[in-house]
Amino acid sequence: MMTPGIAPGRLSADAYARNFNDLYPDFDPHEAMVAADRCYFCHDAPCITACPTEIDIPLFIRQIQAGQPEAAAKTIFDQNILGGMCARVCPTETLCEGACVREAAEGQPVEIGRLQRYATDRLMAQGGHPYARAEPSGKRVAVVGAGPAGLACAHGLARRGHDVVIFEAREKPGGLNEYGIAAYKTPHDFAQSEVDWIMEIGGISLRQGMALGRDITLEGLRAEFDAVFLGMGLGGVNALGVSGDDRDGVRDAVDFIAELRQTDDLSALPVGRHVVVIGGGMTAVDAAVQSKLLGAEHVTMVYRRGRERMSASDHELDHAATAGVKIITDAMPVAVHGNGALREVEFAYTRQGANGLEASDERFRLPADQLFRAIGQTLEATPEGLALEGGKIAVDGAGKTSVPMVWAGGDCTGGGEDLTVTAVAQGRDAAADIHARLMG
Amino acid sequence: MADLRSDFLGIKSPNPFWLASAPPTDKEYNVVRAFKAGWGGVVWKTLGAEGPPIVNVNGPRYGAVWGADRRLLGLNNIELITDRPLEVNLREIKQVKRDWPDRAMVVSLMVPCDEESWKAILARVEETEADGVELNFGCPHGMSERGMGSAVGQVPEYIEMVTRWVKQHSRMPCIVKLTPNITDIRKPAEAAKRGGADAVSLINTISSITSVDLDNFSPEPSIDGKGAHGGYCGPAVKPIALNMVAEIARDPATAGLPISGIGGVTTWRDAAEFLALGAGNVQVCTAAMTYGFGIIKELTAGLSLYLDQKGMTLSELSGRAVPNVTDWQYLNLNYVTKARIDQDLCIKCGRCYAACEDTSHQAISMSPDRVFDVIDEECVACNLCVNVCPVENCITMERLPAGAVDLRTGQEVRDDHGDWTMHPNNPMARAAE
Ligand SMILES: Cc1cc2nc3c(=O)[nH]c(=O)nc-3n(C[C@H](O)[C@H](O)[C@H](O)COP(=O)(O)OP(=O)(O)OC[C@H]3O[C@@H](n4cnc5c(N)ncnc54)[C@H](O)[C@@H]3O)c2cc1C
Ligand SMILES: Cc1cc2nc3c(=O)[nH]c(=O)nc-3n(C[C@H](O)[C@H](O)[C@H](O)COP(=O)(O)O)c2cc1C
Ligand code: SF4
Ligand code: SF4
Ligand code: SF4
Repeated sequence: MMTPGIAPGRLSADAYARNFNDLYPDFDPHEAMVAADRCYFCHDAPCITACPTEIDIPLFIRQIQAGQPEAAAKTIFDQNILGGMCARVCPTETLCEGACVREAAEGQPVEIGRLQRYATDRLMAQGGHPYARAEPSGKRVAVVGAGPAGLACAHGLARRGHDVVIFEAREKPGGLNEYGIAAYKTPHDFAQSEVDWIMEIGGISLRQGMALGRDITLEGLRAEFDAVFLGMGLGGVNALGVSGDDRDGVRDAVDFIAELRQTDDLSALPVGRHVVVIGGGMTAVDAAVQSKLLGAEHVTMVYRRGRERMSASDHELDHAATAGVKIITDAMPVAVHGNGALREVEFAYTRQGANGLEASDERFRLPADQLFRAIGQTLEATPEGLALEGGKIAVDGAGKTSVPMVWAGGDCTGGGEDLTVTAVAQGRDAAADIHARLMG
Repeated sequence: MADLRSDFLGIKSPNPFWLASAPPTDKEYNVVRAFKAGWGGVVWKTLGAEGPPIVNVNGPRYGAVWGADRRLLGLNNIELITDRPLEVNLREIKQVKRDWPDRAMVVSLMVPCDEESWKAILARVEETEADGVELNFGCPHGMSERGMGSAVGQVPEYIEMVTRWVKQHSRMPCIVKLTPNITDIRKPAEAAKRGGADAVSLINTISSITSVDLDNFSPEPSIDGKGAHGGYCGPAVKPIALNMVAEIARDPATAGLPISGIGGVTTWRDAAEFLALGAGNVQVCTAAMTYGFGIIKELTAGLSLYLDQKGMTLSELSGRAVPNVTDWQYLNLNYVTKARIDQDLCIKCGRCYAACEDTSHQAISMSPDRVFDVIDEECVACNLCVNVCPVENCITMERLPAGAVDLRTGQEVRDDHGDWTMHPNNPMARAAE
């Protein structure tokens, strides 16, 4: 008999271990050779163009073919210092692998992500750090946020000889790599080992528990440092705006995921028997799949538009479906019912009205002991003087904000998709621009 | 089903696929397995003279070259001739021939270069009732240092002399196996013919070092830190073998001399190519060593289907391409082609562009959205793009019809034949008659 309500310990110990282990384990050398052999070394390769950090993919795969995964890793890190994390979390099916000519040829792309992991894991396992710092420049840069954008920027600056101080609000560095990404994509505490490895470059000091707006101000940073980079991601979440939204059992998906990621003993983490997730993005998928993996009996993801509008990729949605998540589209929540605690969620099917999407009269209810909101994150209060655009910090191509000597990148800015790899690209490019500006 | 029965020098076999003299034919056990699988015949692993058996190295004997997916493309070996006692081999040969009378049983021989040694071994082989002998003048390693194998095969006079002894002291058909480690394959073939050989077989292995261990700086295969050159075989050597077979087939001095084609035969197609270039049958070693004897089913079924589709007999195929093997100077310079890209098949990898742009004639254009097109004004028709394109038949060479203008030269394509011997740029040109 399934325990009703929100309860821990729904599964056996092995089931937790199995469910949250590496989704795509590392290639062994044979698998890597077979996969690498499929690359055609395309001219001006489409996979490179599709990678936000423009890793020279044919080159690194050729280096694997030629028996030097460590050299391949260097090619990757030259463009993307978080190449290890990206290898695990990038939605490659919409990026490099989606553009691979062998996808066109056989519907089966070269497994670029897993090859990238094969290479980077090997170099990282060797110990030591592949880059040395340039001569000290005497310049100091503040980086706000130790997520992918902040880390990439900090590393790029430290490498060029600048001294970097990272101010991070949370207890641990890594940003959503540590608190957000699905557990089975990055098990074995990879996020923290990657941060440690990045910090080995030297010249970066990390101040945890320091939040901009609470413990420090932008003006203060500008006064103390030669330049500032803002990479604080999206701290706020959107509300559902329906009645009953505050009942027990209703929660932000990102909080649930953060708790899951920080839990040492998954069997102690409670999950509903009937879980409903509202949203159509990666966060919704991850909340739904991980609820299922924690032993929830019924998990339903509900999205207000059609499947083609969901920001989660087909690959992610297939993964959710395979995990046993039911996906309902074209429906929106209209009320959350219960007596104190949540019992049921009421939905209306949606239709295109004169003023856009609207609720129709056709309704249905889903039993629910737990409801996760995953309808988007927003920028939390930003320092005064920073111009915004579309609710995010406005930047030019290289990440310059409206405030002099302040750059920004990652989810808190508008360019590109909200992905780890995009944040890395923006942090990296901002570092180059800051350097040019400081030394110019 | 086409009739694959083969008659080579009067030696009958149910199909033209023999196993070449090598490990697959070193003993009764292997040969019986091969015959059960369907092989038409064998050339038994080379026998040496009476006496203490040959010794082989006790370390590795092979080196290799691989293609994508670790497909074995070339194999190199430092194995010597059989290391089993002569009497054992002869007893087994006799037994197998008795048990499998419809299969070809040829015995490969390599003994010191004196008449007595050859006379002695021939008498022993005749007693086995084998169908013929093959003289191993090809092995490039080990035995050659002792004045045998390719040491004989590289001196046409020796080939002629030994072949003559063999024909004198034996009634058996005699095949002379040639080494490719020479500059002109026609010379040893002519010598074999002068000596009275009934056929030549080729090629034996090519002297080679396949790789070097970059940690201990020893050639591979490494024997206690040292390596010696070996003999190269497998798919990688087929082009060399095909040319040598064709050279002998079209040389007036050797035309009509039966040829057993060897070197990299892996599928029925390779076999058909050897046959078309003048071979009467083929021998296989590396493909069997790579995949086992089961490949014979593909070889026979494939060749049979091909012959059916062409409506040809085996003997009609043999030599069919020989008249089309010519010298460069006779190639038709009025045959003008251009590369054509099938946009539906193209997967936009850009390899054709990189090849033509970086290393050839800048005759392929690339648009920002990766459409690749041939620029006829620049295309010299080298077909490099065809060869680097990963998609078969995506790029093809299309002949320009007579009367069309070749945009590269601005000249009209002629419909007559015009080769170098008639070309105005050739100081030795004869006017076209
Ligand atoms: C549930 C979930 C799953 C995801 N899955 C994937 C995935 O599989 N693949 C993928 O590519 N992307 C995924 N993403 C998106 C990806 O995680 C983000 O795009 C990426 O982390 C953005 O990096 P960032 O550095 O801009 O921000 P963050 O990773 O959010 O890092 C911001 C950092 O700044 C800190 N910070 C915030 N405010 C302050 C402040 N005021 N002062 C100081 N520090 C502050 C935060 O604590 C945090 O450490 C996912 C996102 C979520 C929410
Ligand atoms: C390990 C090995 C041993 C060989 N031994 C002999 C031999 O004893 N006598 C001989 O005539 N050829 C020998 N050969 C050469 C083969 O018979 C054959 O000519 C050559 O391998 C080319 O054919 P292939 O490409 O099908 O392998 C040997 C080849 C190999 C690989
Ligand atoms: S597109 Fe695919 S085949 Fe081409 S270089 Fe990239 S990974 Fe290799
Ligand atoms: S045939 Fe040669 S010259 Fe013509 S397009 Fe192809 S590679 Fe270029
Ligand atoms: S090599 Fe072939 S598949 Fe690749 S772009 Fe050229 S024509 Fe297309």
